[in-house]
Amino acid sequence: MVSFLNYLINGLSLGSIYAIIAIGYTMVYGIAKMLNFAHGDVIMVGAYIAFSVITTAKLPPVLGVLAAVFGCMLIGICVEKIAYKPLRHAGSSLAVLITAIGVSYFLQNIALLVFSSNPKMFTPIIPMNMMTIQLGAFRIQTISLVSIAVSILLVLLLVLFINKTRPGQAMLACSQDRGAASLMGISVNGTISLTFAIGSAMAGIAGVLLCSAYPTLSPYTGAMPGIKAFVAAVFGGIGSIPGAMIGGLLLGVIEILGKTYISSQLSDAIVFAVLIVVLLVKPTGLMGRQVQEKV
Amino acid sequence: MKNKMTSMSKASRDNLWTILMLIIAFAVVQGFRMGGLVNSHMDGMLVPICVYATMAVSLNLVVGILGELSLGHAGFMCVGAFASAFFSKLFENSMGVFPRFLLAILIGGAVAGLFGFLIGIPVLRLNGDYLAIVTLAFGEIIKNLINVLYVGRDSNGLHFSIKDQASLGLAEDGEMIIAGPQGITGTPFNSNFVVGFLILLISTIVVLNLINSREGRAIMAIRDNRIAAGSVGIPITKYKMFAFTLSAVIAGCAGALYAHNLSSLIATPARFGYNMSILFLVFVVLGGIGSTRGAIIAAVILTLIPEVLRFMSDYRMLIYAIVLIVMMIVNWNPTSRAFIRAHIPGKLSGGKKAAGGGEEGR
Repeated sequence: MVSFLNYLINGLSLGSIYAIIAIGYTMVYGIAKMLNFAHGDVIMVGAYIAFSVITTAKLPPVLGVLAAVFGCMLIGICVEKIAYKPLRHAGSSLAVLITAIGVSYFLQNIALLVFSSNPKMFTPIIPMNMMTIQLGAFRIQTISLVSIAVSILLVLLLVLFINKTRPGQAMLACSQDRGAASLMGISVNGTISLTFAIGSAMAGIAGVLLCSAYPTLSPYTGAMPGIKAFVAAVFGGIGSIPGAMIGGLLLGVIEILGKTYISSQLSDAIVFAVLIVVLLVKPTGLMGRQVQEKV
Repeated sequence: MKNKMTSMSKASRDNLWTILMLIIAFAVVQGFRMGGLVNSHMDGMLVPICVYATMAVSLNLVVGILGELSLGHAGFMCVGAFASAFFSKLFENSMGVFPRFLLAILIGGAVAGLFGFLIGIPVLRLNGDYLAIVTLAFGEIIKNLINVLYVGRDSNGLHFSIKDQASLGLAEDGEMIIAGPQGITGTPFNSNFVVGFLILLISTIVVLNLINSREGRAIMAIRDNRIAAGSVGIPITKYKMFAFTLSAVIAGCAGALYAHNLSSLIATPARFGYNMSILFLVFVVLGGIGSTRGAIIAAVILTLIPEVLRFMSDYRMLIYAIVLIVMMIVNWNPTSRAFIRAHIPGKLSGGKKAAGGGEEGR
């Protein structure tokens, strides 16, 4: 029982990281109507920035996290301006998707050239003497609790931002009808940039958390979590922030429990099987809206 | 003769050129080989080139003609490779080389086609981004499953397990055929350039014929506007399934060719992972989405370039990434399209209407 609870907490912790990534996916999908395939690689870039600041430059972890957040924000905005914006009116979702794959590949290979393919050992942001916490009968890794707390905090902040501030309302308006929003005087370009900035900043935080929990960092670190977070976003219903949160948590728990109780080699396969089942049974996800397609 | 040429439609003349190009290229390379002008390193590249060109033809059918993005094509190639290598190992000593290899290729294609059909049932109900990500998921699942599959044979018959070698319970005379993460070792080396070329040629002819047939036009109508195609009575799922399965069959044949060119067949990410699927996509995009000939040329050139320019190997993948992004922006950005249309006359300016479906990008 104790070990089951431990696995559950591990799962929730991994799931909360997926949730943070999935929220970035879901926001971009909701507003820019595109699947930002490179989102997972922004995580990796964020982790490398934090690694350079904390491990290589030996600066305090707080600076590392801030550098990762702002670095990712910048990358997110640049990627959107350079690669995605020219295709916004192309009328082909395939063209945008292939471009996003190109960006993902580009970021991976830049990291490969700069940091080489040798995995780096990431220094966790939690001090060594506080790595685990003893709670009654069982030990918990501090990073698990931090991940869960950070993800809950971020979701609350984001929901408040979207519902209570003018830029947030503008984002909501753009996601519902971009044309009408621009007629109301909302800057669509600015709002899309803002969305990419917020989503990428969250990816930066996710990168730091992910590499604190699983400290090997390579240019391909972000790819799999990115794809799994997309699964989480679809699971929760793409476009819905609470949905992404729930989807992420569920997926993390499924992955860790599947790894423990079914087969460690098949854990990825189990996650992907979940995606396929969800898409077959409820294509709009747990909390998604039904969208009617028109000619 | 002249009369016949002019009476042919433009499309079938174009196809004839593609096939002629293939045959001439084959004859030239064969001539060089006879003359001893091809060194052993380049000679070793010939089969992989055929494999990749066939994969490009296969993926072009899904991306260019059907207009859906598949990111799991390396998975189909993997299935074809393992099915055919398994068959070859099983009958290594009980059949002649020629019938066994022919059967192995057919089996590779058939099993991959079966997987394509089964995967197509759920996948083709989806569109666009969802479809792409699910094909990616299936590609990864296939690779994962093969890595935990153990098959052995002894005097009692075949033994299967998805746990480990010990749980097969082989008798003393038993031998492993598929050893989980170690894959299949000792597949007979049956692939050669002539077989590779024939597979490429047949796949190309099949796909080109399909494009010019009633079915092909139905498939392209679905690509250009799914809802409009449905409203004129084209059975969308049936044709999507048909194209997808055919593409998987071709990928399986390429996989069979690939497997019989390797001494040990392992389902590693480098060989059958997502990166390979992306590489095939680069072939298709660079060759011009929808153009079979372009896809083949791109596959050949991009397979040869890294061999010729070894000093650039560090930057190769980076260049592929930039090529993908730039090609897409140049081909699809409304401003650059208008520019190309105004300044480059002739065939290019028409710009093949590739995929995209009915999604409106306001």
